[in-house]
Amino acid sequence: MKFTLNWLKRHLDTNASLEEICDKLTAIGLELEDLEDRAKSFAPFTVAEIITANPHPNADKLKVLSVKTKDSDSVQVVCGAPNAKAGMKGIFASEGTYIPGLEVTLKKTKIRGIESNGMMVSEREMCLSDEHEGIIELDNNIEIGTPMAQIFGLDDPIIDIALTPNRADCAGVRGIARDLAAAGLGNLRAQDESAVTGSFKSSINVKIEDKDGCPLFLGRTIKGVKNVQSPKWFQQLLKAIGLRPISALVDITNFMSIDQCRPLHVYDADKINGNITVRETKSGEKLEALNDKTYEDVGNGSIGIYDDNNLIGLGGVIGGVSTGSEKETTNVFLETAYFKPERIARTGRDLSIESDARYRFERGIDPEFTFAGMEIATRLILEFCGGEVSEVVQAGKVPDWKHNIEYDTNYVKQLIGINIEQAQQKTILEALGFNISGNKILSITPPPWRGDVFGKADITEEIIRIIGFDKIPSRSVYGSNTGTPAETPLLTKLRKARNALTARGLNECVTWSFLGHEQAQAFSINDNKKLAAITIQNPISSEIDVMRPSILPNLIQAATQNETRGYNDVALCEVGPVFESVNPEGQKIMAAGIRAGRNTARHWSDKNTSRAVDIYDAKADAIAALEACGAPATNAQITRDAPDYFHPGRSGTLRLGSNVLAYFGELHPEIIEQMNIKTPIIGFEVFLQNIPESKKTESKKKASTEKKYLKLEPLQPIERDFAFLVDENIEASNLLRAVISIDKNLIKDAQIFDIYQGKGVEDGKKSIALNVIIQPKDQTLTDKDIEVLSQKIIANVEKKIGGKLRG
Amino acid sequence: MTNINTLKTELTTQIEAANDLQALDDIRISALGKKGRVTALMKTLGSMTPEERKTKGQELNVLKNEITNQLKKQEKVLKKVEMEERLATEQLDITLSIRPERKGHIHPISQTMDELVTIFGAMGFTVAEGPDIEDDWHNFTALNFPPGHPAREMQDTFFLNNPAKVEPEQKSGDTRKLLRTHTSSVQIRHMENNEPPFKTICFGRTYRSDWDMTHTPMFHQMECICVDKDITMAHLKGCLTDFVRAFFKIDDLPVRFRPSFFPFVEPGAEVDIGYFKKGEGIKLGLADNPNDQKWMEILGAGMVHCNVLTNCGVNPEIYQGFAFGMGLERATMLKYGISDLRTFFDSDTRWLDHYGFDPFDRPNSATGQ
Repeated sequence: MKFTLNWLKRHLDTNASLEEICDKLTAIGLELEDLEDRAKSFAPFTVAEIITANPHPNADKLKVLSVKTKDSDSVQVVCGAPNAKAGMKGIFASEGTYIPGLEVTLKKTKIRGIESNGMMVSEREMCLSDEHEGIIELDNNIEIGTPMAQIFGLDDPIIDIALTPNRADCAGVRGIARDLAAAGLGNLRAQDESAVTGSFKSSINVKIEDKDGCPLFLGRTIKGVKNVQSPKWFQQLLKAIGLRPISALVDITNFMSIDQCRPLHVYDADKINGNITVRETKSGEKLEALNDKTYEDVGNGSIGIYDDNNLIGLGGVIGGVSTGSEKETTNVFLETAYFKPERIARTGRDLSIESDARYRFERGIDPEFTFAGMEIATRLILEFCGGEVSEVVQAGKVPDWKHNIEYDTNYVKQLIGINIEQAQQKTILEALGFNISGNKILSITPPPWRGDVFGKADITEEIIRIIGFDKIPSRSVYGSNTGTPAETPLLTKLRKARNALTARGLNECVTWSFLGHEQAQAFSINDNKKLAAITIQNPISSEIDVMRPSILPNLIQAATQNETRGYNDVALCEVGPVFESVNPEGQKIMAAGIRAGRNTARHWSDKNTSRAVDIYDAKADAIAALEACGAPATNAQITRDAPDYFHPGRSGTLRLGSNVLAYFGELHPEIIEQMNIKTPIIGFEVFLQNIPESKKTESKKKASTEKKYLKLEPLQPIERDFAFLVDENIEASNLLRAVISIDKNLIKDAQIFDIYQGKGVEDGKKSIALNVIIQPKDQTLTDKDIEVLSQKIIANVEKKIGGKLRG
Repeated sequence: MTNINTLKTELTTQIEAANDLQALDDIRISALGKKGRVTALMKTLGSMTPEERKTKGQELNVLKNEITNQLKKQEKVLKKVEMEERLATEQLDITLSIRPERKGHIHPISQTMDELVTIFGAMGFTVAEGPDIEDDWHNFTALNFPPGHPAREMQDTFFLNNPAKVEPEQKSGDTRKLLRTHTSSVQIRHMENNEPPFKTICFGRTYRSDWDMTHTPMFHQMECICVDKDITMAHLKGCLTDFVRAFFKIDDLPVRFRPSFFPFVEPGAEVDIGYFKKGEGIKLGLADNPNDQKWMEILGAGMVHCNVLTNCGVNPEIYQGFAFGMGLERATMLKYGISDLRTFFDSDTRWLDHYGFDPFDRPNSATGQ
């Protein structure tokens, strides 16, 4: 909402400085968005007189001027303007001045060998108009040194405020003045809202059929007007806020919107066929509108203004061309009406029409002011255009807006925490136009322009915003629920998984929760092997039109983007949601990651340091995340049923029974091809919500930070190595289980340290070497004890998996 | 019989002259070995009279001890020399690079969210969670958005195509699903499912249909809600001021509250923090000269609207409180000097390495956030 300081002062009688006004606007909730003090930017430009104008010795079209300015009797200026002549007054800019239209700062210069120390400017060079035929030529009686801003009416600062949607009343300068007056910045000036007596009956009558959309419609004919240009001061106000003056009638309607928040419409009375009817529009009706657009179908349910033949406007949104006022217009019909905000909003949205009228009607204007608005506009028309005024025709009545709010003035203390005397509260509310009765508990009627005030909190807000939020004291809320962790158990897992993965070298990314349907396809397989993508109805782009079923495709894409930047070896992770259904429980929180290319750079110490990433990296990542979250990852079963987007033979699932903890593996070659990845790539996905809560956190009452008792064995562990020949398709875990299950009490651990196939091992077999750690408990083991245990191991391996001890 | 003193002098000379351990060992054997000269003298003791043996024995023992000590001393000297010679040859190129290890970093947004938990945790807040896919009730209606509010339109909010199986929301019967446009929906769920008092924060992904220099279709927000019988706007001011000062680590960061409007609060406020121009850029904080003090809007706040409390089954005649919300990207950019919003979501490893955080240096109350 833009207005100028002088415009404001038409309504507000104040001695406050511009700065005070601006600060106060923000303080009372009318946030200052921009202040353009043009007097300041035009300050270097002042009136000067050309004393002599001689031909330039080296150029036909140039002149050498001697200019008398406020600072000097003679400044030499080289000028190309054809109208420059001795004795003429214009606008001078000295060196060092920024010329807005040229976007340059003037420097002392030589033009064709002659020194030039400034410039006489044209309107275009000052961004005032497109005029560039010559320099600005001023009246001769204007004094040298007069600021240019003063001459052009540019010394009026432009104030722009950000209006919150609840404050329709301040979409008019008068409303803003009222707020400032209530806040102690002066007095609201009285304005003449009295009725102008009509001398005849309007020939045009009004009927309302759409009472819901238009409860009240006032009209008046004014005969014999001259649609001249508005006076200069009026034009300057409109220009300052970016409105182009057109003709007095149009300018007045624009002015009334901005000045009084009272949009209205002026019809050319001679173009109206018969009388006016307000009714709902029907689909198929057409309107050629004043915004230079033709609406072939205005649709159903807008508030239509009709004459006896045609739709001539959409009430409260836009007028029609057929009855618009023109230069030649001599008889007008002036409309002020009240339109229902919801209906206006719908029409505006459906037809995408942004107009000053819509802006105000849809926020809700003052219904009572319909009458005063008619009279103020009438006076302006008479003042600018002359004419003879009819009586007002009225259809409908003012919609019911009055309501009372019971208000205990102690509520300010209760809600805001600040004591404010009842008398002061009353003064503020009355200045804002609220009607107050009662003593202890007040009965308050908000004014008709404050349709946003309903409850006691609204009243309190009015009081406190005028007092100033800076007067509210500050109280800390440091609390004492120290036994309850701030994080939820899930959030703790999120954080721990993130820390574990980044500690393992993966860089944490945040990628979109959505992705393109093409990438999603391969990852959107649900349990029934059916496509189950959740699609966005109104995506911004087809690259992000599906909710992600997995984080992996986004990370793979991130890897390919890094590859294009020249970084092939990346390790990325993300902790966040994936979406299986639109219901809240369909959102799963995952920790996922990928590694691409080589695990590290090559290094002088060992040729094997730099190797291609493989699924054991992914498995390690998954286990690290799980363990960080307290999952018994080492006890998890490993099954070969990872989703189809993994390589079927090089992927696995970590699970506890039916509970899937994680997937890991190499990506399926088809995906790799489809997503155009050139390096090896592995990935993992951890289901953070599937990690069982440790028992101790399940019940808050038994919450315990205690760990299980650890018995430190006094005896040294013993290590023994074995090598077994087994069938090549025997899985390592089977061998380890066969070994450890012999005596879980004694065998502490078994680790495979070599797998060999080739010379010395028959085809179809492999040799697995493992290191077994035996932990004696109560007494040392004799060689014989160990030999017995070894034999048991060998026998069990043979029995369980057909493995033979290698000689 | 060799004179003991002569022998001693002779051996001492030899020991001192020995210049390697082998030579020294040879001397030891020649003197104290089985066939050594001192040993040979010791052997003669057996053929002596007891008196002679007593004196001679003593002398010989002294000699043996002395020679042994001299040998040990010289051995030490020689070992040191040998060690020094060896060390002089053992030189590695200490400028060679260490074995490479991958280093990962925490995304700045996660850092900020961890910081929020640390700061609000210390104030006694706990975290609440809610889904990204919401319904109209939790995202709009319960938050007192009027029916025709522009935020409900397709140009602002992402809506989802409903598959067959959607459970209608209990209160409103909504089946139309959307991506939450703010984290305020979480405060609704939290209040619906719990009993007051509430002292809760939440944060997470939010979505709006906007994509340009300063907007991304997905971004992050935080929300704070504090409701009890006696929570006033003064507490809002206190809590918020404490929070922004802790977050930006500026004790005297100026905080300004301005009246504003959001459907879910009354009174509503926008909150600015102070900054001033410094060189080409800006610096958060109190300007030395009040005329240089500038303000930037950082969050929206207010007292929870009575309609919102009622919608969540909380009696507004008994309970009242405040809520505020903040965009996390902007706060993170301001705090850490990140200039371009869009880079948050680019997964550019150069950016992550530079702006990311060490996994072993997480926000905690000891170092501040």
